[in-house]
This record gives sequence, C-alpha cells and structure tokens, in this order.
Amino acid sequence: MTEHATSPPPLQRTLAIGRIEPGSAEERKLRETWETPPGWRGWLSTVDHKSIGLRYLLTAFAFLIAGGIEALIMRVQLARPDSTLLTPEQYNQLFTMHGVTMIFLYALPVLSGFSNYLWPLILGARDMAFPRLNALSYWIFLFAGLFLYASFPFGEAPNAGWFNYAPLAGLTYNTGPNIDVYALGMVLLGISTTVGSMNFVVTFLRMRAPGMSLDRVPVLVWGTLTASGGNLLAVPSVSLAFFLLWLDRRIGTHFFDVVNGGRALLWQHLFWIFAHPWVYAVVLPAMGIVSDALPVFCRRPLVGYLPVALSTVATMVIGFVVWIHHMFATGIPALALSFFGAASMVIAIPSAVATFAWIATIWTGRPVFRVPFLYFAGFVFLFVIGGLSGVLTAAVPFDWQLTDTYFVVAHLHYVLLGINVFPVIGGIYFWFPKFTGRMMSERIGRIGFWILFTGFNIAFFPMHIAGLLGMPRRIYTYAPDMGWNTVNMITSIGAFLFAFGVLIFMWDFVYSLRRGPVAGDNPWDAPTLEWATSSPPPPYNFAIAPRIASRHPLWEERISGKMRSRLDEGYILDKGREALGTTALDGDPDVILKMPEDSYAPFWLGVASLVFFSGLALTAWWLAALGLIGCGAAIVVWLWPRRELGQRDDTPEPHETGATP
Amino acid sequence: MSDFAEALPERARLPIGSPGERSGGWWGCLTLVATEAALFGYLIFSYLYLASQTTQHWPPEGMPKLGLGIANTCILLSSSVFVWASERFVRRGKRGMGVLMLAIALALGAIFVGIQLKEWADHPYGLTTHLYGSLYFTITGFHMMHVLVGLVVLAFLLLWTALGYFDRARSAALTIGGLYWHFVDVVWLFIFATLYLSPYVLAK
Amino acid sequence: MPATHKAIHCASRSTRAMIAFLAAFVCHASARADAPLNYFLHADGPAATPTMRLGWALAALAVAVALIVSVLLVGAIIRKRPPPTKRDASHVQGEGGGMRWVWIGTGISSVALFVALAYVLVTLESVASPRKEPALTIAVTAYDWWWKIDYAGVTTANEIHIPVGEPVKIELRSADVIHAFWVPRLAGKTQTIPGVVNEQWIQADRAGVYRGQCSQFCGAQHAHMAFEVIAEPRAQFDAWYAAQARPHAADATASAGQRLFLDRCAGCHAVRGSDANGTQAPDLTHLNSRRLIAAGTLPNTESNQLDWIRHAQRIKPDSLMPSIALTAAEAAALSAYLRTLQ
Repeated sequence: MTEHATSPPPLQRTLAIGRIEPGSAEERKLRETWETPPGWRGWLSTVDHKSIGLRYLLTAFAFLIAGGIEALIMRVQLARPDSTLLTPEQYNQLFTMHGVTMIFLYALPVLSGFSNYLWPLILGARDMAFPRLNALSYWIFLFAGLFLYASFPFGEAPNAGWFNYAPLAGLTYNTGPNIDVYALGMVLLGISTTVGSMNFVVTFLRMRAPGMSLDRVPVLVWGTLTASGGNLLAVPSVSLAFFLLWLDRRIGTHFFDVVNGGRALLWQHLFWIFAHPWVYAVVLPAMGIVSDALPVFCRRPLVGYLPVALSTVATMVIGFVVWIHHMFATGIPALALSFFGAASMVIAIPSAVATFAWIATIWTGRPVFRVPFLYFAGFVFLFVIGGLSGVLTAAVPFDWQLTDTYFVVAHLHYVLLGINVFPVIGGIYFWFPKFTGRMMSERIGRIGFWILFTGFNIAFFPMHIAGLLGMPRRIYTYAPDMGWNTVNMITSIGAFLFAFGVLIFMWDFVYSLRRGPVAGDNPWDAPTLEWATSSPPPPYNFAIAPRIASRHPLWEERISGKMRSRLDEGYILDKGREALGTTALDGDPDVILKMPEDSYAPFWLGVASLVFFSGLALTAWWLAALGLIGCGAAIVVWLWPRRELGQRDDTPEPHETGATP
Repeated sequence: MSDFAEALPERARLPIGSPGERSGGWWGCLTLVATEAALFGYLIFSYLYLASQTTQHWPPEGMPKLGLGIANTCILLSSSVFVWASERFVRRGKRGMGVLMLAIALALGAIFVGIQLKEWADHPYGLTTHLYGSLYFTITGFHMMHVLVGLVVLAFLLLWTALGYFDRARSAALTIGGLYWHFVDVVWLFIFATLYLSPYVLAK
Repeated sequence: MPATHKAIHCASRSTRAMIAFLAAFVCHASARADAPLNYFLHADGPAATPTMRLGWALAALAVAVALIVSVLLVGAIIRKRPPPTKRDASHVQGEGGGMRWVWIGTGISSVALFVALAYVLVTLESVASPRKEPALTIAVTAYDWWWKIDYAGVTTANEIHIPVGEPVKIELRSADVIHAFWVPRLAGKTQTIPGVVNEQWIQADRAGVYRGQCSQFCGAQHAHMAFEVIAEPRAQFDAWYAAQARPHAADATASAGQRLFLDRCAGCHAVRGSDANGTQAPDLTHLNSRRLIAAGTLPNTESNQLDWIRHAQRIKPDSLMPSIALTAAEAAALSAYLRTLQ
C-alpha cells in the first residue's frame, strides 16, 4: 500500500491479455483492492457505484412513499364535496410537496439509481468515470431532499405549487421561509443532478469496454445519456429562476417584481424551459429499461434498435422547443402558439417509433410470462394512453379548455407512473437477483402487479372525465352540485387500492431480501454484460476487460453460431485500482485509467454545501461563509494532484525519503 | 467492426493515468463548461426578455460607457493567452517560464477584478435600485464569481507548477484549469456584447 | 401461462367496457346539467363550439388509437405460436424481423397526427378572434379571490352580463397574483397577469347563466373564486346596464345600518352614491341584483349575507374578508341597509 504514496505510475505500460480465475490469488488481490471496508467508515467514504446506486434507489423509494402518503391524504379530502378534513393552507402545502417530492426527489433519482448501478456493468467497465463525483451526487441529493423537507414539520412547507409561479411565490404573498427553503433547496439539488449528468456523459465517452461501439450500447445507456445531456442544458434554467426568486425575496432585486418593471412571465419561461426537458429526463431512461429488459422476456433482441436509439435522442431534442405548451393560456400571440403546438404534436412521432418497436418485439418473439414482463407490457398500454392524452393537450384551442383541469392531472400521472413507476418496479423485479443474489416472488409479484395496474386505472382514468367536466386543478374542495362527486369518490378508492399494491410490492421486496430463492449469475438468461458477473457482482465488476462483438454478448453463440465476444479472457488491469479508457466512437483501448480510492471528501463537500445553503436560507451570512470555506477546503483536498492517479510527476530525490519505490 | 474483438493486439502499449490531452478530467470540465454556458445563456435571455418588454427608458441611466469595459475585456482576453502559453512552456519542460506566465495571467485577472469593482462603484445605481440594476449586477456578479474561482484555480496551478508537479508528460491539471479560464474569458465576450453593446444596437 | 393469457384478455375487454361505461356516464351526468363547467358536451357560442367539435374528433381519434394499440398489444401477447419444443428452452431468435411494424405503425400514426394538426390549426384560427369587432368591452380585474367587473360607468363584482349573440371583448388584468378567467361553455381560458393586459373574447348565442371559474392556482381560496356570465336579450341587457349605472339612493330608514356599514365595511367595500368608497373588495352598490355572493360560493339571500359577514373565515378560510362579530341588533340594522342595495 505504501508504494502508492511515494511512486507515481510509469507513463506507459504494456497490457497483457489473460485470465483471472475465480478463487485464485490474483482474484483475491483484485477483490481486496476494490472492496470498501465494512462499517460506518466505509459507508461514508465508499465510491463504489453499486453502493451508490442502491442508496439512490432506497432513498428515492423513501421519498416515493412520502409523496404517496401526501397524495392519499389529499384523496381523502377530495373524496367528498365540501370536505373539511384539511384547511386550504394544509392542502396547498400537501399538493406542493407531493409534486416536489415525486418529480424531483423520486422520479430522476430512482433512474439515477438504476443507471449508477448498471452502467459500468452493462458497459463492461470497472466503475463510472468519476467515482468520487458519483458519491458527491448522492450525498447532495440526500441533503437537498432533507433540506426541502426541513420546514414541513413546522407547518411551513412550500405552498405555491411545485411550479411556484411568481408573484404568488414572491415576498408579498408568501412571507414565510417556505419558499426560500424551496428555492435554495432546488439550487442545491440542481448541483447533484448536474454532477451526476456530467458523470454519465464522460463515462459514456470513456469507459465502454473494447469493441463496444456506439451501435452496441444498451438502450438504457442511450436513455440516461440523452437525459443527462438534456439536464446539463436545462437545469441551469430552473436553478437560475429559483436563485433570482430568492434574490427578489431576500435581497430586494426586481426580476419578478411587477411594480418595478419585472415580469411574472419571466418565471414561467425560465421554469418551463427547464421543466419540459425534465419530464423527458425522467422517462427516457425508464423507456431504456423496457427496451433492454422486455426483449429478454420475448427471447429475441429488440426490434429496431437503431430507430429506438435515434427516437430517444430526437424526443429530447424536440423536448427543448415545446415548453410554451405549458403557457398556451398566457396571452402569447397565435403565431408562436401554432409553432409550439405543432412541435408538441410532432414529438409524439418518436414515441410511436418506440411503441411499435416494443409491440413488434413481443409479437415476433415468444413471451415469457414472468413478473417483469407483466410490468413492461402494462407500461406499453399506459404509455399509449398517456401519450394520447398528451396529444389532446397539445391541440392549442382544446388546451385552452383542458389546461389546469384534472384532464392534465390524468395525463401527467399516466405518463409519470406509467412510464416511470411501472418500468421501475418491473426493473426491480428484473435486477433484484443481480443486486442481492435472490429472486423476488413470482406469486406475490403477480398479485401485486394486478392490484397496482387495476388500482392505477381506477384512480386515474376517471380524472380524464373530471377534467372534461370542468374540475380545475389544485382546489382543496368543491361544491356538491358541480357534477364531480362520483368521479372523485372512484378516484379516491382507486388511489387506496394502488397504495395497497405498493404495500404488497414492499412486502415482497423485504421478504425476498431474506427468504427469496437464491439466484445464479443469469436467472433470466439475459444477453447483456451485467449477467456475466456473479449475483451480486464482485466489487471490481470484471476481473479482466471484456471484449465486445455485438449488442447481446451472452446470446451470440445461439444467434450466430459463434461466440465472438471474449468475456473471461481480456486485458489484465490489476496494479491498484485501474480501469480501461476507450475511444468515444469505436471503443478502442486508449488509456489505462487510475481510479481513486475511497474518500471522505465527497461526504464533507456535501455537508459543507448543506451548511452554505442553510446559511443562505436563514440569512445568516456568517454560516454561509463558513459553508463556503468548507466547500473550498474539501474541493482543494479532492483535486490536489495525486501521484498514484498519475496527475503529477515529481518523483522525490532518493536522499529525501526513507522508503524506496 | 464485428471482427474487431478478435483483432485486438495481443499486447497493447497504453498510456497510464492522465498524461494526454484528453484526460477524463478534461471531458468533465467540458461538460461543466457546457452547463455553465447554458446558465449564462439563460441570464442573457432574462436580460433580453426584460429589456424587450420594458416600458421604462432603457437603460435608465443612459447608454453604457464603453471605454473602461473595452479595456477590461482586452485585459481579460490577454490573460487567456498567458495561461495557454504557460501550458505550452511546461509541456516543453520550461517550468520557470510556465510559472511566470501563470503569474502574469493571475495579475491580469486580478486587474480585471479591480477595474470591474471600480466600474461597479461608479454606477449611480445598485443591485436593488431598479430592474436594470438588478440585471446588471446579477449578471456581472455571476461572472465575477466565476472569475474569482478562476483566480483561485490559477493560483493553485501556479503553486503546483512551482512545486514541480507537472512536466512534459503530466500536465493535465494545467489543460483542465486552462479550459475553465478560457471559458470564463469567452463568456465575458457574450456578457459584454449583451450589457454594453446591445443597448446601442437595440436603440434603433 | 394460460391463466395469464386469460387475465390479459379479460383486462383488455374490461378496459373497453370501462371506456364505454365512462362515456355513457359522462353523457348522462352532463345531460342533467349537473356539471356547469362541462365544456366537452356543451358549447354555447362561436368561441367555444369549434373547440368542442375538435375535442370530439381528437377524443375519438385517441380512443380509436388506444383500442387498436391495445388489441395489437394483447394480440402480440396471446397470439398462437407453435408449441415449444425441448430445444426451445434456451433458444433465442436473431436480430431481424419486425421492422415493418415500426414503419407502418409510425407511418399511419404520423399521417393521423398531421391531419389532426391541420384541424387544430384551423380551429385555432377560427376561435382566436371574433368575426367582427366586438362592440362591447368589459374590463375584468382578478383579485384574491373575487372578480372586479368594469363597464364604462358601471362597476360590479363576480357577475357579468352580456347581450346574446354579440361578441364581447374581455380585457384581463390582475390586482395581485396570476389568476385565469374561464367560462368553459363560452370560451377557453386566459391568464390574468399582473403588469400585463391580456384579452380574450366571448359570445353567447343562447340566453342563460354560464358559470366561470378561476383556473390558475392563486393561493388559499383558489377553489372558491367562481363567477357567472349571464347572457340576455339586448333589451334586457340595456335595462340591467342602466340600473347598474344608477348610484345608490340614500334611504333614511336604514341610517343605523348605513352608519354601521360606513364604520365596518367601507374601508374595503364601495357603494356608489354614498361615502363608502373602498377599493379592495367587491362594489356592493347593487348587491341584491346578483345571484351569488362570495365569488360564487353562496346563493345571495339575506341569511347567507349575514352568515358570510359573521363567519367568512369559516366559509372561506384565509380569504381577505374577516369574520365580523355582530350583535343581533347590529345584524338586523345591517341587513336592513343591505336590503336597500338593489
């Protein structure tokens, strides 16, 4: 170990090709090099993408439950007219926090969890490009989530909707700390999203296994990559919007100050320029999950890999020029409305490509009716309904009736639960064996699926009707003679049925952790690289750098008669923590990357960031300064050039040190 | 491509760590540049949107004075040249010159900050005086933050170069830090064009 | 496996049944005029009728596509395949096949989408502005949580009157936060944005009462910010307008109540023709000419008026109308005064 401290690695090395047998001395040494020590020390300092991915999944699920409870309380209130269970203020805080929690603290983080865990495995790599940055993105996500909930126990949760329009969110109409907590919490969360996106983009460009050219990359990678690229460009818009709002509220600037020349619509533009691409960021990776996992249960590769990959990118690109469809009713001139309305309808075309690719895969394949398949098939149905209701809201004059009614609530839940939650739960059933080494229960899984699917449709389909009957959004109660009583009661019943389904899923999850049947390496007989490792995978993922010859390495022999990919023989990288960097387009070996050891710096940087933003929220400038200094110190420690990573080349003179290299 | 897997050379001689130009950190910094560029883009969008919608006289205190701004722009851009030069010297083994170039770049950057602070003090309005003030000081303030971070980066690069960390083979930190500094300079051009020049153009 | 086939089969059939049931339910419910905001089945003017028809066309298209895709999906799942042999246990198919689905499916969807888009743009053009320039302009200012209605010379609240068969321009302003003006059976909605004047037009081709609702979340009592548009024949509208324009005539018998009103209410409310000229709350000059009070929350009766005055915070919590304690004598006097506001 001490040799790292005194000698930088040589500038070049010749990589040998070989094998590392399981159980051999080399394998044990590799394991020790990559293993995180157990205990709280390891927990705070690990940079292993698998740990970080699992943490993301569990934390996101905790927020899903919180958001779900918020929803159930609202549904009790709305089940009957003129209900007085909640005051208007309580209801407004609940619906705001429900939106914030689901959209920001569940929908993207859960997909980050899958991607963090799976990307290095399906790309044939040892870890993400920036392991410490990966840890940082989780810590800041956790701290931002706690920060956003900090004022809720005091009855001061944000209450102006997740969309937080100015001037309602301004100081005049909202004097409390609630909006400041929301604004600053979102800026903090934006840091997590941004560094996570940076990590995915660079990992994609650098860390793919040799031979994994662009057209051999799993669709989940396309989905997450596209989402990450979109986030890099979109998140600054909302971070800026929230920061400007905080400046208006606490410093006295005038951006949204209508009396002094500011514009309320500036908020809407900045917010929706971010929020529309965001909704694609929270569904494209999930669509990628389905595109990769559904074919396993159809016993054939995905139909139309290239069109599906292209449609993923096309959806995100078009997604940047449709944001005005959230603002059709703001008095914008008809010409602009026509353009954005047309784009909002055209964006359905790439989705059609993917939908027919999935149906074709099922039709030409041979379905295997295991639990994940049920979720993925159900997803296709819900996706289509959500997409169709979206086409209706894209029709400008009809949107002037539909917008801000429950029709949009129906649409957004069909797309968000249908395209995110259902693939996520299917994905959990699918990858649970890989994460834990055990299978979840087929029987309980089936029951859970049907209850979730039925409960979901009973809850949300009637919302289309409620919307067409004119029920507006975000009302805490309604009069008994508006014609909305029955649909609301049905929705509330469905919501509780759905919640019951969630409980069943959670029960299965916990039960299977202890008692599920033990799974082998590849219980589903799937084609991609993660199934070539043990369940769960070793800390180093792959003992050697595999060489890839197709999109489905584990099926090659059966499909083309010859196994051309090499999975147990490849470049040996075992001088400390090392990974192979390859070229961006073709995946040719390019560089031997020195990977960092476990480090506390990401944790401390996360804590310091939290202190900084807390100082701002409390307008305690001394605390903010302290946090800033802490951030600076953590960053300097983190980025100080290290010999063992090959970042500096100053071999000490022989007479200066005791130890010799 | 499909035959490539078998065609991999039996022994590949590859560089180790971050010796080349395209280190992982360089790509990471590039993504940082992309996201920060987007941020400044949205700031500029906010300015242009509010300026196009305003009913007040714009800018309220009259057209921006260009002299000091143009001079400051030149100072900042020239500092980039010195950062670039420093990297080339270090990669040729001339560490001393590399340090000197960084020191000059650092000084020029500090002068930029000083001049900008003077410009700020000379304005009869502040951040909260009116909408224009809020926009002007927020946009230049965001840029100033990036410059200050850049100065800290340059200072550390100078320290590390002086300590002999970098040479012909290993100088990734200089390339990465340089990339960040170049970004800060280029983005200033856009800010300068928006805040200082566009009022003249849009007044027509 | 067969059990799952059957389950999926049942699910698709029950989905179709569900859609049919709900469609029937909607027709039934709204036919009884139980849903005053139902714009899907009722449109009463040229600013809304083309949109309603567009809605039917798009909904029909959506239902058709959903059914077709469901059938294809279910078909794909349960279609008969040759029974698996022992070899098939580990068999996987090759890459090819199935692309025809993608091209044909996307092609048909795109054509349908573009046809729909054309229809959308045609409808947009026809409802965006009226055929002829509106003769009447009404200024509506949205407040937390009521509507100020201004005609030339007339100020009222929460109730708009328009002549039947004529286009009317609505100028939309906000006094505080963003609200949205929406009377579904007559037109789509438009936001009222502080600092900006928006415009839309409405026209009622049938006499009647049309309910409106704020439809942009605006704070605590967004739920109780409704209004009504009453369309009546020209002659009746003119008569209403003339009556509204008349200032209040002082009535000596209600002087005790009037003093009470000036003390407690005139800080916010106005009664034209008296000394009460508050600007932050609805103009009450012709209070009793209106059907509803508290922005559409309660029918306008004497007892409801008193209930509202005494218990506003219970009826509409967090609204800007305080609950005002009145002794029985004060209540009687105030009622007597309010009775004169015809």
